[in-house]
Amino acid sequence: MTELTAPTAQSEVPQASLWKDAFRTMARRPDVIFATLIMLFVFTMAAFPGLFTDKDPTRCLGRDARLRPDTWFTGEHPLGTDGFGCDFAATIVHGTRPTITLALTVIILSVLIGMTLGILAGYFGRWVDAIISRALDVFIVIPLMMGAILLLSLFRGRGSSGNLLETVGPAALALTLFGWMEFCRYARAATIETKNLDYVTAARCLGARDRRIMFKHVLPNAIVPITAIVPTSLGSVIVAEAALAVLGIGVQPPATSWGVLLSNGTQWAGGGYIYLFGIPLVLLILTVFAFATFGDALRDALDPKLR
Amino acid sequence: MNAELGQADAAPEPVLEATGVVKHFPVQRGIVVKRTVGHVQAVDGVDLKLYAGKTLGVVGESGCGKSTLAKLLVGLEPPTSGSIKVLGKEIGNLSSRRIRPVRRDIQLVFQDPYTSLNPRMTVGDIVGEPFEIHTDVIPRDKRAKEVKELLDMVGLSPDHVNRYPHQFSGGQRQRIGIARALALRPQVLVCDEPVSALDVSIQGQVINLLERLQEELGLAYVFIAHDLSVVRHIADEVAVMYLGKVVEHGTSAEIYDHPRHPYTQALLSAVPVPDPDLRGHREEIVLQGDVPSPINPPSGCRFRTRCWKATEKCAEEVPGLDVGDKGTHPTACFYAEERDVTHAVK
Repeated sequence: MTELTAPTAQSEVPQASLWKDAFRTMARRPDVIFATLIMLFVFTMAAFPGLFTDKDPTRCLGRDARLRPDTWFTGEHPLGTDGFGCDFAATIVHGTRPTITLALTVIILSVLIGMTLGILAGYFGRWVDAIISRALDVFIVIPLMMGAILLLSLFRGRGSSGNLLETVGPAALALTLFGWMEFCRYARAATIETKNLDYVTAARCLGARDRRIMFKHVLPNAIVPITAIVPTSLGSVIVAEAALAVLGIGVQPPATSWGVLLSNGTQWAGGGYIYLFGIPLVLLILTVFAFATFGDALRDALDPKLR
Repeated sequence: MNAELGQADAAPEPVLEATGVVKHFPVQRGIVVKRTVGHVQAVDGVDLKLYAGKTLGVVGESGCGKSTLAKLLVGLEPPTSGSIKVLGKEIGNLSSRRIRPVRRDIQLVFQDPYTSLNPRMTVGDIVGEPFEIHTDVIPRDKRAKEVKELLDMVGLSPDHVNRYPHQFSGGQRQRIGIARALALRPQVLVCDEPVSALDVSIQGQVINLLERLQEELGLAYVFIAHDLSVVRHIADEVAVMYLGKVVEHGTSAEIYDHPRHPYTQALLSAVPVPDPDLRGHREEIVLQGDVPSPINPPSGCRFRTRCWKATEKCAEEVPGLDVGDKGTHPTACFYAEERDVTHAVK
């Protein structure tokens, strides 16, 4: 009875659960370890800026303006100074927290809202789907920038006391409100695809409630396309915030963000001060790369077939 | 109608009984305002009785309503009209909450073992899911042991609980599906073409497994298939379906050796003759045309458009599923007559 013999291709490691197995698989990949290190670096900068610089980013001296970082990572200004004479290293390090907080808040809220609505719409169909899908259409029709600008005008001129919530709150709200639709559409499509599969019918035949089917069977499938778009969305949120910053309605001063630095840096990049533009850009690319690699590996690790 | 078939088993109460079951799916047009332009008459007045420990085979070609019937019997679709009783309890009009206890008694085995198992769950989780849904069946600490016993029962190694479905072959996957269906110890198993997606060599193993389980657990099967020889092997009784109606119903021997309905005769005559010397020495009936649309089925007898015996009476009156004057078993035909199409003689 060859039918009954075990498939012996895989080495017999004790498998525990989908998530534990996924973690074990990911810990073996060098690119994932590299991405994790970058993420750790960025998160540490966000959490403890004091570890990386002892300068105050708001203490700017005009006579020190536009000092190129000739000494590179040593001396008075390790990364030079910007157009107003502020220490650039300190500016970047202190700009990390608002940037990361904003990006993660927007992504997490968007994914939560989008997935919930998408799964509900796809699973229940009928009028639930009709309402959610029409709302989706309405939000898609409004361009992100226009919606955000209109919404943020309400908060304009309020100033900020340096409180993180006040600094990034309005921008996060605006970007979430006009950013959840993509996740919703992907989740809805994946749900519609999954809900008619035999294993969902089997669960229903066993008497499973809707909630159980949605969490156990539909959600793991709906997450797959979403993990693929989260990293790129993360990048676009940071860039969108930069655009809002140009209009003065993004992260509220005196706080700064990578987006603000990017948009300020473009003014100087042509004049030989390319580092003012290049360093935030490299940071942004590295961060997006890290999230993309991590998300990609997570998706592969969560798919037993690819393991 | 088939009371005499069940009485031999001394089981007065059928474990599964369907009476006049009808399922019509509305065909709708329009985007905003939907209007119904017709109905797909998938199942149209089917009566079935299944007794404990017995197997009822349902055969018919694609699109005759077999799978819809399976979904109706396990309560996945509400019937348009008619009654379905599981262990004497009506399930046709129960809400999804009220039907949950009944689900323990009747389960479904799926056709395709590649789509019926969640690829992201381990075998242990798949087979153990019924216990998490019906939490009162087995206490939490004994579930792992029960899952291993179930795997053992269907002929899989209990050590495989931590594997994923893709690590198994089609036959092994079908065994996992059977183990899941058996977890709640149902009395009735509705098998919707359980072997048609498998290799022929594996089909036999799964059929034998089903027969062994029937003996050990006293299960009753509704065995839906389009493979006539498989049904002949496993079924005690056979119902032949055409366009949502049962056209002939009898014991395995009655249907296979003494078919009376023209459609049954045509089906049986299409079964290949195994002995090459005897090929061509058997009567062969080749039907003309296609199966009519179930949205707009023919009047009277639904088979009349392809029947060589059809007369005007067939278009006007619907033949009932009756034994008739000289008949031995119920046949829905005015001109039912035995005809030997299965035995090739040189």
